[in-house]
Amino acid sequence: MTAASAPPMIHVAGVDKFFGPLHVLKNVQLEVPKGQVVVVLGPSGSGKSTLCRTINRLEPIDSGVIEVDGQPLPAEGKELARLRADVGMVFQSFNLFAHKTIVENVMLAPVKVRKTPAADARKTAMQLLERVGIANQADKFPAQLSGGQQQRAAIARALAMKPKVMLFDEPTSALDPEMVQEVLDVMTGLAKDGMTMLVVTHEMGFARKAADRVIFMSDGEVVEDSTPEEFFSAPKSNRAKDFLGKILTH
Amino acid sequence: MSVLTNNLDLFLRAFGQTLQLFAVSAVLSLVLGTLLAALRVSPVPVFRGVGTTYVTVVRNTPLTLVFVFFVFAYPLLDILKIEPYTAAVVSLSLYTAAFVCEVVRSGINTVPVGQAEASRALGLTFTQMLGSVVLPQALRSVVPPMTSTMIALLKNTTVASGFAVVQAGNIREQLADQGDNVLIGLLWVALGFVILVMPLTYVQQVFEKRWSVAR
Repeated sequence: MTAASAPPMIHVAGVDKFFGPLHVLKNVQLEVPKGQVVVVLGPSGSGKSTLCRTINRLEPIDSGVIEVDGQPLPAEGKELARLRADVGMVFQSFNLFAHKTIVENVMLAPVKVRKTPAADARKTAMQLLERVGIANQADKFPAQLSGGQQQRAAIARALAMKPKVMLFDEPTSALDPEMVQEVLDVMTGLAKDGMTMLVVTHEMGFARKAADRVIFMSDGEVVEDSTPEEFFSAPKSNRAKDFLGKILTH
Repeated sequence: MSVLTNNLDLFLRAFGQTLQLFAVSAVLSLVLGTLLAALRVSPVPVFRGVGTTYVTVVRNTPLTLVFVFFVFAYPLLDILKIEPYTAAVVSLSLYTAAFVCEVVRSGINTVPVGQAEASRALGLTFTQMLGSVVLPQALRSVVPPMTSTMIALLKNTTVASGFAVVQAGNIREQLADQGDNVLIGLLWVALGFVILVMPLTYVQQVFEKRWSVAR
């Protein structure tokens, strides 16, 4: 089997999405092969977060095709829930379950969705919390943790489902600057371990260091799709040059 | 005082019946009301329609009419015979459930949408999301209005006095028949209700305190 014949982990073709009269995704094409880390960059309002959210159908699309691991996204229901269980998602605002402790947050989905016995789920949860460096916070409630710790807990919660692919929707945008690095370190570790990742972010450092490919979006379109070296040193489009000019000058 | 001490047996029996009506109807209306709230936030339009219709019809009907229906009209349908006591429980439960539903729904609306999104993204079904994530958080924010709804239910049990279910609301008639001082008797009944409501207020405080810490 060559890599070319295996289905890509994420396949997006001809996707359009409207918010009322606003055309937020315009004929978007995107492939993420297994094991690749793809970073989506672009100014705010360019549709990158929306694109990320369409992949597990938190946002339904108006036309086009989205496939995850060769399987088209089913309509809302049990089958979609099954597919979502295999797609990890990390949100800008963490969205940890406020009424559950950190370890309970990580255990919930394995117990409810995968029907893992609670004792096993707890063991796995503690290993994951160890891995993201917050095992000592396991019995606290989310509100008692710093933003960086909460986001690492959210990553552990997503990993507990053993996902085939991880989606990150601006995971560090809500964090105080000194906490960004601890989250990026966890993500870089995941990338090294071969996790397939789609990361919407403003962290250029992460894009340079961990990404296999960079997608640049503007006004709902994918404008560039290249390697990080190419994108940062020789962007092809004026829109990308303009964007990089604005963020790299300060 | 003699009005109370001479009729202590009557007072205890009547308030006992009131308490029983309240307890059974409270449990039933909490369960039914929560189910109705689940229907009203369901992604399935038919379910939402059923929930909305129920609330519109039942909440807008006077409780006395609900009683009249179950005590006088329903037996004519000749489906299943029910005692006046059962009819009272059914009326109170169905009526209060509409209010419980709206209280629970307002609680659901206070839970940030990200909580539901995170649940869906993890692969939880709608029912799992509601049961494990949204409702537990929603119920925490509705303790004060839910207590008010339950206090209203406790007092609404007196409506049953017009329908052959003896409870605290009937004490006045009985005292009048015996020639006792009705005004004093009613003051004792009022005090009785205040005493019954106090534990509910206490329960409210306990829950509010416990849940304010745990988040």
